[in-house]
Amino acid sequence: MLDFNAGKYAVFVWPAYALTVIVITALVVDTLARARRWRRAVEQAERTAALEASPDRK
Amino acid sequence: MIAALANPRAFIRFSQWAAPLLGAVAAVLGAIGLWLDFTAPPDYQQGYTIHVMFIHVPAAWMSTFVYACLGGASFIGLVFRHALADAAARAAAPLGAAFTLLALVTGSLWGRPMWGTWWVWDARLTSVLVLFLLYLGYMALDAAIDDEAKAARACSILALVGLINLPIVHYSVVWWNTLHQGPSVFRAGGPAMPPIYLAPLLTMVLAYTAAFGALWLVRIRSEVWRRRAGALALRAAD
Repeated sequence: MLDFNAGKYAVFVWPAYALTVIVITALVVDTLARARRWRRAVEQAERTAALEASPDRK
Repeated sequence: MIAALANPRAFIRFSQWAAPLLGAVAAVLGAIGLWLDFTAPPDYQQGYTIHVMFIHVPAAWMSTFVYACLGGASFIGLVFRHALADAAARAAAPLGAAFTLLALVTGSLWGRPMWGTWWVWDARLTSVLVLFLLYLGYMALDAAIDDEAKAARACSILALVGLINLPIVHYSVVWWNTLHQGPSVFRAGGPAMPPIYLAPLLTMVLAYTAAFGALWLVRIRSEVWRRRAGALALRAAD
């Protein structure tokens, strides 16, 4: 049975869990945001390069 | 397999299925670990602060494991001049810094009720603080040098010098008389804790390791894309 009682130590236990959740969530969000940002930058740069290399441009 | 993954395109293909898989493994193991954590009874000495151990110890183990990964990648990058190894080292640093910060703060939140103090300058705590400063130094040095090749070389040297701190962190509780307790899991005679606490602890360690693996793969991939975007921009400017 789950027991979330931390008794008189709740003031130490829950801040430790809260900080862990905040830091790990921040790491996940930052990691995914970076991946999305640079993937889009590469896609944009490849589209631009393909346009400049196309015969219609010449 | 490692040689095949050294190719950035092959690595990206690998990371695109391996990272979500590791992320799912981390989520499942984390849920199991938390369930085992909050079904375990309070410890006869530590009381309910035992709950902090299940997030402090995995973070502390990760702080040294990630630095070992950073050091290994730095060595490969420095010796073999491999761009993907430089990217791996660069991607590991913020993750290691975050795990080390968690280890320091959650340890402090456990130490206050158990030791009666937030902090002592004993060998274990001080060497982990030095590890945190090494991560920060690595990131600061990387940000301070504009030339990426020079930055990677300087950071690799710093990371390799910092590797000397890993055995100091690990053996500090053996070599010196510290307030921090000695080894309680990997030690002669077997673990010092009963299975009811060992199970959630090891499950959380595996969850943290899988989470690091997933995040590291995605961050290395981002680094590869960042460099490719830079190269394409330079080519377009010519």
